[in-house]
Amino acid sequence: MEAVPKKNQIWALAITGFFVLISTLTYAHNEYYIYLSAYLWFGFIYGMCLQYGRFCFASAFRDLFAVGVPRMVVGIMIATILFSFVSAFVSITGLSTFHAAPAGLHATIAGLIFGVGMVFAGGCASGSLYKTGEGNGVALLVLLSISVTQAIFVDIGGWFNNLVPASWTKSALAKKLPDVINVGDGWMDQYLAGYVWDRPIVKFSGMLGLQDTSVTGAFFGDLFVGVVLPAAFLLLIVYLVWARKSYLRKVKQVKSEQIGIKDEFAGYWSMIMSSKRTAIAGLFLGIACGLQMFVIEGLRIKFGVKNAGTLLSRMGHDFGLSIKGTVFDPGYWYVTTQEAQWVGWVFQKLGWDNMDNIYFGVNNGLPNPAINPADWMSIALIGGAAVMALLSNEFKLKKPTMELAVWAIIGGALMGIGSRLGLGCNVGAFFVRVAMGDLSGWLFGLGMIGGAYIGVKFFNWWTERKMAKEMAALTF
Amino acid sequence: MAMKFEKKTDGQFLLDVTGYVCPHPQIYTKKAIEKIGTGDVIEVVFDNPSSSESIAAMCDQIGNEVVEKKKEGGKFIWKIKKS
Repeated sequence: MEAVPKKNQIWALAITGFFVLISTLTYAHNEYYIYLSAYLWFGFIYGMCLQYGRFCFASAFRDLFAVGVPRMVVGIMIATILFSFVSAFVSITGLSTFHAAPAGLHATIAGLIFGVGMVFAGGCASGSLYKTGEGNGVALLVLLSISVTQAIFVDIGGWFNNLVPASWTKSALAKKLPDVINVGDGWMDQYLAGYVWDRPIVKFSGMLGLQDTSVTGAFFGDLFVGVVLPAAFLLLIVYLVWARKSYLRKVKQVKSEQIGIKDEFAGYWSMIMSSKRTAIAGLFLGIACGLQMFVIEGLRIKFGVKNAGTLLSRMGHDFGLSIKGTVFDPGYWYVTTQEAQWVGWVFQKLGWDNMDNIYFGVNNGLPNPAINPADWMSIALIGGAAVMALLSNEFKLKKPTMELAVWAIIGGALMGIGSRLGLGCNVGAFFVRVAMGDLSGWLFGLGMIGGAYIGVKFFNWWTERKMAKEMAALTF
Repeated sequence: MAMKFEKKTDGQFLLDVTGYVCPHPQIYTKKAIEKIGTGDVIEVVFDNPSSSESIAAMCDQIGNEVVEKKKEGGKFIWKIKKS
């Protein structure tokens, strides 16, 4: 194993020390900052786990379709089941911060657009964050593209209003939103208020007639029926199509008798344990995700608030709050909204009036990124990944080539659009929702799988074309 | 840096995908292995850490052997023998 250079260790210590200093100094200034620090340290843990396990949702189905590797699908399913297990405990205590999303075809279409984008970009929304921590310039470009696209997309109006079906406009106007939002102007506003909000919210516990805060609802409905069964079924398909042949080939090399059901179970289990690194990352990630809900809700109770906007107001930071006095404060792992916010905040500083829409104006606000709780989580995620990369000697500053920069921008833009249509990315719209037994999570996931397939088909054609050029000069 | 695929000597190939991010290194590796003959060895050079897991798993799945793994300053240099 390669020794870790001293300077890497010093940098890792310096990054960790920086976050410790931020937490300590801000807490000394005002105890409310512990709320932001909670986000920060969970982000740091996520970053370490993601980098250690090379945990990227994009690679899950992309690598399956492109090179027949199932390790990441397995890792994600392990993490989802564990997250769901911890979340079930949190749910029955009544401390869950989760809000289910409306379910409908829009989630699958959003997932499809997002899925193509993540293959083009070379990483999903969370994957791009941790890869930025590895010094990857392409990933940083992806983050910029996701952020800018979202900030623009949520406020488009004018000509784009012509693309809004009359039924959406009618339904949006009927919601009687405050005049300042001007809901009749803006594609996203009418999509949200006129279409998405009219879709039903469906949780597996609810489908079975159970309360999601009851033991049977949380553990049987949302965990077992909503997560364990579909995940086991999905992994069975993956085993049968991609992993079985290779496993049985190895068995036949050492066993002369006929292959039996015992061998099939052993093969299924071997697929699950095939990447220890990914499985371990999934284990810690799943537990940390569930714990974050518990900790954030605990802090809300301690401070007597329902949203970080109240804490920011109490500290005198009342700029950028939504009309409800709130800011984006999911209470769990989330990636894309804070990215939209920081660019939205910059746009606003440059003179763009972008608080007249539902996304920023009603739901999330546009606080200064320096005091945005979710931004603390994402910055720390990059930091945690950098620490892990430095300590495993995998940190390397890489400038994007022109070819990769183009893919990063296109992919990032598609992910940005997909995220806003699906009300989240691979984390917020898929991972968290699936783990909480929310049907819309699986609908988004189905779209992501389809999108990954389309993206891989395209890249197969692209690389074949480039290889053909290289090989023209070769003689075998 | 552009991708480089070349024949070094008889049965020895080089694929350099340094600078590329996912999914390029693993897709190029898969395609390069498909092009070479059984028993040939290809040296794959890449610097995208997450591709290492995918390439290792891909070789294991197909039955190709990773005969040498080196890591130099963030660069992965692997020799893969096609079975």
